[in-house]
Amino acid sequence: MTVSPSVLIPIAPGTNRDHDLAMAFEAAGAEVAQHPLQAIRSGDVKLADHQLLALPGGFSYGDALGAGRLLGLDLGGWFADQVRDARARQMPIIGICNGFQALVKAGILPGGPPESESLSGSRFDSEGWRPKRRSPYDASLTANSNGQFECRWIHMTPERSDSVWIGSLSQPLRCPVAHGEGRFRAADLSTLNQTKRVAFRYSRPDGTPAGGSYPLNPNDSDGDVAGLIDHSGLVLGLMPHPENHVFSRQDPQRRRAVGGNCLPLFLAGVEAVS
Amino acid sequence: MDLTRQHNGDVAVESDSETANRTDGDTAIVIGPGVVDSGPEGPLAKAAFFGLAAKRIVEYRLVHLRGSMTKNQLDQLAESVLIDPVEQWWMHRHEHVAPSTQGQVSVVETGLRPGVTDREGAELVRAAAELGVEVVAAAVAKRWMVYGDLEEDEVEQLAERVLHNPVIERWAPGELPPSHVDATTSAPPTELVHLSGLDNGDLEQVSRYRRLGLNVDEMVAIQKWFAAENREPTDAEIETLAQTWSEHCSHKTFRASITTPDGEIDGLLDTYLRGATDTVAAPWVESAFVDNAGIVHFDDRFDIAIKAETHNHPSALEPFGGANTGVGGVVRDIVGVSAKPIAITDVLCFGPDDLDPAELPEGVLHPSRIRSGVIAGVGDYGNKVGVPTIAGAIFHDPSYTTTPLVFAGCLGLLPKGSHPTEPKTGDFVVTLGGAVGRDGVGGATFSSQSMGVETALVAGSSVQIGDPVVEKGLIDLVVAARDAGLYNAITDCGAGGLSSAVGEMAASLGADIDLAKVPRKYSGLAPWEVWLSEAQERMVMAVPDPVPLLALAERWGVEATVIGWFSGEGRLLVRHAEEVVVDIEVDFLHRGRPRLHLEATDANPARLPRHPVEAVGSSIEPVDALKALLGHPSLRSNEAVVRTYDHEVLGGTVVRPYDGVAMDGPADGTVIVPPGTEGATPLQAVAIGIGAAPLIGRHDCEAMAWAAVDEAVRNAVVAGADPDRLSLLDNFAWGNPTDPETLGQLVAACRGCYNAAIGYRAPFVSGKDSLYNEFVDADGTSDPVTPTLIITAVGVVPDVEIVPAVGVVAAGNDVWLLGPSAGVLGGSYLDEVTGGDKGGHVPAADPDAADRHRQLHAAIRERLVVSAHDISEGGLAPAAAEWAFAGRLGITLAVANTHSPYELFGEGPGRYVVEVRPDDADRFAELVPEASRVGWVTDDDRLRIGTEIDVSLEEVGIAFTSQQRSFSAPPPTTSESDADTAAAPDGDEATESDVIEAGESDAGESDASESDSDASDIGESDAGVSDAAAPDAGDTDGAQSSETDEPTEDGA
Repeated sequence: MTVSPSVLIPIAPGTNRDHDLAMAFEAAGAEVAQHPLQAIRSGDVKLADHQLLALPGGFSYGDALGAGRLLGLDLGGWFADQVRDARARQMPIIGICNGFQALVKAGILPGGPPESESLSGSRFDSEGWRPKRRSPYDASLTANSNGQFECRWIHMTPERSDSVWIGSLSQPLRCPVAHGEGRFRAADLSTLNQTKRVAFRYSRPDGTPAGGSYPLNPNDSDGDVAGLIDHSGLVLGLMPHPENHVFSRQDPQRRRAVGGNCLPLFLAGVEAVS
Repeated sequence: MDLTRQHNGDVAVESDSETANRTDGDTAIVIGPGVVDSGPEGPLAKAAFFGLAAKRIVEYRLVHLRGSMTKNQLDQLAESVLIDPVEQWWMHRHEHVAPSTQGQVSVVETGLRPGVTDREGAELVRAAAELGVEVVAAAVAKRWMVYGDLEEDEVEQLAERVLHNPVIERWAPGELPPSHVDATTSAPPTELVHLSGLDNGDLEQVSRYRRLGLNVDEMVAIQKWFAAENREPTDAEIETLAQTWSEHCSHKTFRASITTPDGEIDGLLDTYLRGATDTVAAPWVESAFVDNAGIVHFDDRFDIAIKAETHNHPSALEPFGGANTGVGGVVRDIVGVSAKPIAITDVLCFGPDDLDPAELPEGVLHPSRIRSGVIAGVGDYGNKVGVPTIAGAIFHDPSYTTTPLVFAGCLGLLPKGSHPTEPKTGDFVVTLGGAVGRDGVGGATFSSQSMGVETALVAGSSVQIGDPVVEKGLIDLVVAARDAGLYNAITDCGAGGLSSAVGEMAASLGADIDLAKVPRKYSGLAPWEVWLSEAQERMVMAVPDPVPLLALAERWGVEATVIGWFSGEGRLLVRHAEEVVVDIEVDFLHRGRPRLHLEATDANPARLPRHPVEAVGSSIEPVDALKALLGHPSLRSNEAVVRTYDHEVLGGTVVRPYDGVAMDGPADGTVIVPPGTEGATPLQAVAIGIGAAPLIGRHDCEAMAWAAVDEAVRNAVVAGADPDRLSLLDNFAWGNPTDPETLGQLVAACRGCYNAAIGYRAPFVSGKDSLYNEFVDADGTSDPVTPTLIITAVGVVPDVEIVPAVGVVAAGNDVWLLGPSAGVLGGSYLDEVTGGDKGGHVPAADPDAADRHRQLHAAIRERLVVSAHDISEGGLAPAAAEWAFAGRLGITLAVANTHSPYELFGEGPGRYVVEVRPDDADRFAELVPEASRVGWVTDDDRLRIGTEIDVSLEEVGIAFTSQQRSFSAPPPTTSESDADTAAAPDGDEATESDVIEAGESDAGESDASESDSDASDIGESDAGVSDAAAPDAGDTDGAQSSETDEPTEDGA
């Protein structure tokens, strides 16, 4: 008899899609452990006791100083050692929306080239702060081009990859976006394309790229990029909310199409550690 | 790029020991690139509006730091948390100068007033500590570069009117000092208010001078009580009484005895609202009208809490902050009954977007500005607190120009029996949440008075801004504390602050409070200000053992403080360290207010039709009428607004406000599965319907109430709610009730509520009245609000699988019509779009409507209803058009008398159009005997009604959305935007301008070049909308289910 893998879902002040993410992982057969960040920081809860790390959406620290920035500071600061150890042990990590923003602000996504990158990818880890050097891997998530918070259903199509998260996916996924700062900007998009760091692109329903057109690409992201993976494929970050479309009832088209089509993403992550 | 210097990002690493590079004291740095806002709501456009010839206005972020740090540390702080490495740069303020090549430039800085919540500043201090950098205070402000030949006084005007919001901000030319609050100010002492010996006129003057909002009788009662105590009241005592006895807190009008020509009414609340609830005696009502929110049965394990509030006065003055804290307040009402919030609703009423600014009375903000601010404020709070904003409406009418209305509602979920309500003697009084400041001191009394030119100036401090992140922490903490059984009673701090919250909780036991223990944002607050502060995001609990609660609070990052205990001595005793500032018998405080007595005229002043002969509809072509209705400011699409609200968070949303094939069809009711109840079989859901009929209210307030209740019920039923498990909320926004005619209308509306609630067996469980919604201009002329009643219906959907689709689903299905036209056009939208006030009778109350709701539900329950739409404002034709548009399929209707405006555009209670498979026709007819088959769904894109109407869905879409909606052309590519504009780091301003832009252009003039350019400005290519989702039916996830009503539940 197999034991269900456990997903650690940290809750920062202002995190608000923890329930949604827990529900998706539970539907995929995992156990979930939702804990305030404070409980991890104090040592009550340890990442090492879990098999997956999932960073939920929301407005951690009220988006003060930029979405995901201060959670990124946690990831690269006091939490960095645990994250580094977990990555060394091949733990799959997913960050959605605000969780993605934090992974990007912490430098974990898209991350640098594999040979040069320390596993934490952090700019302020225990070795002390290193000033930022411009790199072709630099990326950011900034305010949507139309300047507003945008909540709407989109299609996103997985790239071909051997990532544990998306390697088994081929069809476009349908789910909502809900963010004000989701515009992906890359210092050098071709580097990210060549090194296969793109996980999902906003697309038309048939899977062809959105081509930058609004609202298919809801925030004017470079290259229609909706999500990234690191060089190992173990760390996935994305702006859209697949956790909000794991059941048919959540699907606005439930009377017109088969719903719940984002569940396979969570199944893939859980399967990888089962 | 408007600045010549760019930071190169390469920062030398230097040793921390190099003291030469150390900064001590205050540092200010500027972050760029600046935002150039050239949109129609941007500062440049506003400047032009005031005749100020600025050429270009660029906004930079300005960050003030106070502390001691090395150059390396400052670099680290800036690069790590202040700038985006791809897009931004930073520099010291003294280095930040405009290039001389750009002509004349003026610099203005704006920042929050000291003491106004500055979350970014607080987080920056915390982040610096994480990085080991010593920053003791930080503040985030704005630095503006204004290009153009402006005189000094013109720059001043620009700053005053455009660049800053005086309610919460201040400004200076050049450099503005940081808003760090010095911690050294000493508190002013408690003062006595001299009442003894004053006559009635003097007492009235004291009330007016202190803005207490108390009438003479009340002042006399206070004078007497303190005379018997042999002393004068303190300022804290008189303010406590004013808050507790305010309209806002005590609903004195709704509890008043009222003399009408028909006899005496012993309180509107007891007679009509609670009266209806008692008469219906619905078994699903767990608690009505006694707590912060109504509580109703959901299933064996859970109850649902519901509440709707108004926040009109603050929203009129500071739209963003007013609406923001309005949402925060109603969410806290739900938390105040130990429930976890699961949905937010908002109903908004504004003046016309295109109002000529010259017609604005002094002291009134333009409707478009109020609209954009309110919408941004609603979205900001809901999005951040993590509760989906899923139902609402927006009404536009000139009468709302001076009195805009903001109704915010919330639903919550709580386990049965988990909400304790009895504080015990000896329990500790614990406050949870933020520290207090001078925020909103006097809000309850302020919101219970009329607005005027003067109010805008005086009441500035009555408005605050919210901090939804703190509230999210409060929610998590309260839920955890509830589940652990750590408290005996709980309430939220709303209007009146601690004075109301503690006062209410201590209403029978009394309490002993030490204000010195209350956490403050800054020093210098008088004791009464601490006691009355309306600092947001606070709750109060009665706690037998504070230790586990304080530990839990620390875990959730919430400040929790013991400030006193429930004494059991029947006195409210409030001390500030040694000094007693309040000592009042709770009996007098809560039961000592003399009852108000009011007079009402004929309770239905406008009952007789103004125009006995109908004169509507003959002068307009049916197709033109249809388009005018679809594009009416109150009926047209608000999809662009809804897209700025997170309607998906918590994962329970089943039906969205805009739904259907392309997510642009208006849903009637919205549906959610309460998060936390998943797993039950069958899976139940909650449907929310909202109703209002202000146009009918112009003729007959009693009929308006019935119409509003029916619309709310319809919306809930069409979404799957069981009409025999509905609960209602009432929200009144009325004028001055001391005016007998205004009160007469209120009496009529309450009677309508009573009759409808009985007629539909739907009890009222909570409500809120907002009175004195009138604007008194400089001449003293009063302009009261249009009587407005918002009804919210909340119902249980017995099984989420029965919920019909939004929009027609399949060609070949039959269309059934349920419910007759009322055969009148008074108060109809057809009357409105053809000039108004030509209609005769308004739709009468229809007791048979309840049966139709039940019949339809029986069919929905058997899954015979593929989709349905209620026939609402504008009648049958717009309903069919919206329904077809939502499904992107044609509809052909062959109703009788289509030449009659009554048939096409008449409104009335209990009406629906329903899509049913031909195979189910017999069973449907059996269950819904009153329905008749009137047409079918077609696979083309046309709406045809008899010979009168034949329009394409594209035309429908243009009229409804005010925008071109192509059905075949490929979406245009978004043009490359200006780099400066694109980098908008601060969402709020941009959001406001874009929202207003998207929703503003008038439907009737969609080919006017102005609205076209508006649409393209934000890249709103609607071709993309339809393109994105329309092909979903043949989606690549394949397997379009052929039997469309059998969704599969993967993984459930």
